[in-house]
Amino acid sequence: MLKQTPLYAAHLALNARMVDFGGWDMPVQYQSVIEEHHAVRRMSGMFDVSHMTLLELTGPDVPAFLRRVLANNVDKINQPGKALYSLMLNERGGVIDDLIVYAPTPEQPERWRMIVNCGTHDKDIAWLTAQAAAYRVSIVERTDLAMIAIQGPQARATVTGVLPHLAQHILDLPNFVGIDVGQDWFIARTGYTGEDGLEVILPASVADEFWQKLINAGVKPCGLGARDTLRLEAGMPLYGNDLTEDTLAIHTQAAWSIAWTHDFIGRDALEAAKASGPQLQVVGLILEGRGVLRSHMKVTLLGVGEGETISGTFSPTLERAIAFARVPVGDVETAYVDIRGRQVLARIVKPVFVRAGEILTPL
Amino acid sequence: MSNTPANLKYASSHEWALLDGDIVTVGITDHAQDALGDLVYVELPTVGDAVSQGDEAGVVESVKAASDIYAPVSGEIIEVNEALADSPEIVNSEPYEGGWLYKIRVSDVAELDALMSAEEYAAQAH
Repeated sequence: MLKQTPLYAAHLALNARMVDFGGWDMPVQYQSVIEEHHAVRRMSGMFDVSHMTLLELTGPDVPAFLRRVLANNVDKINQPGKALYSLMLNERGGVIDDLIVYAPTPEQPERWRMIVNCGTHDKDIAWLTAQAAAYRVSIVERTDLAMIAIQGPQARATVTGVLPHLAQHILDLPNFVGIDVGQDWFIARTGYTGEDGLEVILPASVADEFWQKLINAGVKPCGLGARDTLRLEAGMPLYGNDLTEDTLAIHTQAAWSIAWTHDFIGRDALEAAKASGPQLQVVGLILEGRGVLRSHMKVTLLGVGEGETISGTFSPTLERAIAFARVPVGDVETAYVDIRGRQVLARIVKPVFVRAGEILTPL
Repeated sequence: MSNTPANLKYASSHEWALLDGDIVTVGITDHAQDALGDLVYVELPTVGDAVSQGDEAGVVESVKAASDIYAPVSGEIIEVNEALADSPEIVNSEPYEGGWLYKIRVSDVAELDALMSAEEYAAQAH
């Protein structure tokens, strides 16, 4: 029996195509992945992300605990409600999960929020609970809440129309910061699309009403299909594809988020690998020839070596196939990708293709 | 509810076949295009290729997935739909008309008997 979010009935009412996603019955698309994708790049779209795991951490040792379990450093947080993206590593330097933590707000000064993936729910909670034993930290999962991400250049303006009493708070909200705006209502200027937008945590009991108001305001419901093409264009990793327990964090596109300023779990293994292991990096590929890039295609860099695509798709914004590939470090500008036996030329770029509606690399 | 024209024959792998003289036009069904979603790339065989019934002959790719096309009959590829190179979405909008994939000069018309009728296919695909 698959789990259902508080918006399950709303998805069925919209004739969404539902799929099993990490044990949840989730919409992969409503009508067209490409149209949903463009809605987010050009206007506004929304995603039911209630399947993600929301944890609340309290106790005097939370900052010390987070410095130990997160490869990014919460000491970077310089204002209330600020979000921090981080990897959580095992002792081998592999990635248990990637996540967002939100610092406490003036309204909830004791409460740290942590949002982790749904497919990693059980192991994350087991790991965090085990590590927390040495700290004065309490971890509570909130299953009574829903989460909706409203994304796109018009997202914030549209939400202010739906929540007029919060309009000034929403307009004043700095990027990557969240605020408590009511009992179990938390609004953050974060997302997974490379566009401006909000992620709203709210009571499950009012999620459907909020969703319907957003539809009436012109926000397009978007499924996991568009969520994947958007995050790929935006250079954001997907746990399970780009990040795994057996992939060293330094060999991922989230390596930038490792702070190296504190004693976090996995640091020793990463330093040993940096000193003596293979030098790998994640690059972006834009296919010059015809075809679509998918994960696990062989990538050849002439004179450098071989690697593999880790996530790939057709990019609706570039109208080209794009991918992330893990390859040996080397100074070349092109690669050949094996697509069903054909060697197809691809350009190597930074692994970020689109930000705020703009294509970052001239085609 | 997907469209399943009665004048076509169908393979269980979701191709349709239309016989005209000794030429069979091949495409994918409305049900198949709908299940795949927005098509973004179509890879077709080469004109002159010999194919056997059930051979992999072409690939259609949507944003989400790649799906092999199987030749519904044996014969020689005599024409491919060049328009799909730049506009694969035609397969979504007109799976039975402008979205045809290729034409085969069929070596044995009796092979079509092994394919399903519209009624049989509709019952399978629902």
